[in-house]
Amino acid sequence: MSIYFDHAATTPISDLSLTALTNQAKKLGNASSLHSAGRSVRKDLEAAREEIAKAIDCAPSEVIFTATGTEANNLAIKGLYWKAVKEGKNLVITSTFEHHAVMDPILWLAEHEGAKVIEIDVDKNGMVDLDKLKQVVIDNKGKIAFISIMHSNNEVGTLQDIAQIVKVAGDIPVHSDCVQSFGKVELSFKELGLTAATISAHKIGGPLGVAALILKRGLDIEPILHGGGQERDIRSGTFNAPSILAFAAAATESASQFKDRSVVVRKLKQSLIEVVEKNVSDAWVNGDQTNSLPGIVSITFPRSDSEGLLLLLDSEGIACSTGSACSAGVQRPSHVLLAMGLSEDETTSTLRFSLSHSNTIAEIEKLGAVIASVVERSRAASGKK
Amino acid sequence: MKKLKVIAAMSGGVDSAVAAARAVDAGYEVVGVHLALSSNPQKYRSGARGCCTIEDSHDARRAADVIGIPFYIWDMAEEFHKGVVENFLSEYQSGRTPNPCLRCNEKIKFEAVLDRAKALGFDGVVTGHYAITKESPTGKTLHRAADIDKDQSYVLAVLRTDQIEGAIFPLGDTVKTDTRKEAKERGLFVANKPDSHDICFVPSGDNAGWLRERLGSETGDIVDQSGKKLGEHKGAYTYTIGQRRGLALTVPDPTGEPRYVLKIEPKSNTVVVGSHDALAVSTISATPPTWCGVIPELNKTLRGFAQVRAHGAALACHYKFDGTNLIANLDEPVFGLATGQALVIYDNDRVVGSGTICETI
Repeated sequence: MSIYFDHAATTPISDLSLTALTNQAKKLGNASSLHSAGRSVRKDLEAAREEIAKAIDCAPSEVIFTATGTEANNLAIKGLYWKAVKEGKNLVITSTFEHHAVMDPILWLAEHEGAKVIEIDVDKNGMVDLDKLKQVVIDNKGKIAFISIMHSNNEVGTLQDIAQIVKVAGDIPVHSDCVQSFGKVELSFKELGLTAATISAHKIGGPLGVAALILKRGLDIEPILHGGGQERDIRSGTFNAPSILAFAAAATESASQFKDRSVVVRKLKQSLIEVVEKNVSDAWVNGDQTNSLPGIVSITFPRSDSEGLLLLLDSEGIACSTGSACSAGVQRPSHVLLAMGLSEDETTSTLRFSLSHSNTIAEIEKLGAVIASVVERSRAASGKK
Repeated sequence: MKKLKVIAAMSGGVDSAVAAARAVDAGYEVVGVHLALSSNPQKYRSGARGCCTIEDSHDARRAADVIGIPFYIWDMAEEFHKGVVENFLSEYQSGRTPNPCLRCNEKIKFEAVLDRAKALGFDGVVTGHYAITKESPTGKTLHRAADIDKDQSYVLAVLRTDQIEGAIFPLGDTVKTDTRKEAKERGLFVANKPDSHDICFVPSGDNAGWLRERLGSETGDIVDQSGKKLGEHKGAYTYTIGQRRGLALTVPDPTGEPRYVLKIEPKSNTVVVGSHDALAVSTISATPPTWCGVIPELNKTLRGFAQVRAHGAALACHYKFDGTNLIANLDEPVFGLATGQALVIYDNDRVVGSGTICETI
């Protein structure tokens, strides 16, 4: 029986979501069509939009469906930039440990569109330096296009104080990648006062290939995809009604369950940490565990090699992750862990375990039974001292 | 009995894919590994060249999936650069012509990968090389492949006995056309992928240009054997012993005979040219010797065959080991032999040993 500790990469689709997906897939009609078949699908789709809006506490018109979280991040970042640059603002503020789907579009803007970028450091616990952010905002009054800082980190799970960041930002637009947080912790777009937020279906038991940018009402940004203008003229492409309905089913399910689930998942994570620390005495956990997602934990096994750890755990039927993988599958030191002060060797000795409510104590005990010998073999192979 | 666990090194080509599949059939527990040898793999370069492109790693992954084995990419870029690319450059700088495939087998596939595999609890490394290993009372021995046109024992002869012990070559008894046929039958997409020929880290195939970029192109004299200047070159190391074309000599040979590169002298940055006869080599010294099996008795002259280049002929010879060098005296001279290449001695089809050619007479 295989054990899956990689729910932050993707998590199984829930029964409710799968039913919504297959039921809708059987239904004929393009939601943009004017005839009754089209209108019927449109009705389902708008109800789904309302469900998702309710789950993240925003207005339905603020939900812009996209194909992926990466697309939503690109749309927000490039769109907000192109809007601001018309007003002479070309400075982008972000953190040193964003997901590549945020970091890379910002770097692209710097390389191709003349953006200036300031990255705010994070401390060893993975928390953004708010004093530094305050200073940067004061020093660059009138020049800042937007701020993009993730709600929670995908590798170490730390939760940022986004409300405080929005407060510091004042009238500067703030975007936050909420992909890992949505459906796992309390999250209100309205209360946080964000300008834009990214959420995705497949991290919460929805299907792959559907996500959303939550974008403040009345704010028009430049699209990336031009065409039929289906989503507020900001995102074009035929409505993916089956996936959107399945996304809504998963969002509603998560919204009603996350409080209970998070208690269970956090306990499981604590057990996992204890089991690892008992069997590998010099292993350590990266990042603050108080302000963190219930299910994500990053653990460094010094002098080991995470590729070897992953291979050996995989052969024991245990799936976890080394962090974000690059396109060629070659492991590079994690910029997230480097930003938190780990050395290159330490970053490549680190694994991410991400749990869901479907994991069990028995699975964690199985990890405990093999982890010591796996780490020992990986150390022998790593050549690290 | 517990299954033996092996790593299958998968380049993304047809040979290593079929080798991995055969290892599964033979009862091994197989894990496929693609070696990332460049820290900056060129995206979607023609799949015909080399084994370190992103396209190749995708092909390797797809083959592993079809075979039904786990697959990982191991980053060996640093080891490859140190053990193969730097050696390649320094050998050229010293006026020798290296064989990087041989170094890659010695330092990467059967050292870095094999060592790592063993440390992780694996018993050996499977590759798609065409060569045969046989059990003998003194340990495993290395032999030529059944398909003599594809035989790769020459580029493996540099392996020590302990490396051969950890090596598994499932294709040794097979002819290449059958490998392709089998790949097709197994549903492997790479069945018709062209063979790689060039040096994998010189993507353009322009070896001289690649060397010039890295080593500069300082001009120097092209001279005859008496030292008389006949022309100028643009970087001595871009020439190969036995090369005839591209010399652009300004002084014609009095006899009208074509002239060939005889020697490259990096210190004086000089290229020496002369007649075809002057290329003849009868005695070859190579060092340091690696023995695939029993070490020959010191200074005892033995009969065997010498091979001096990949896919070169087996040249009848007497050979001996003088304590430092492996020395071969050829029955018939060979022409245009570069130092830096490997001298491999065979006892019929068995590899006796090898060394890097340091002197030719």
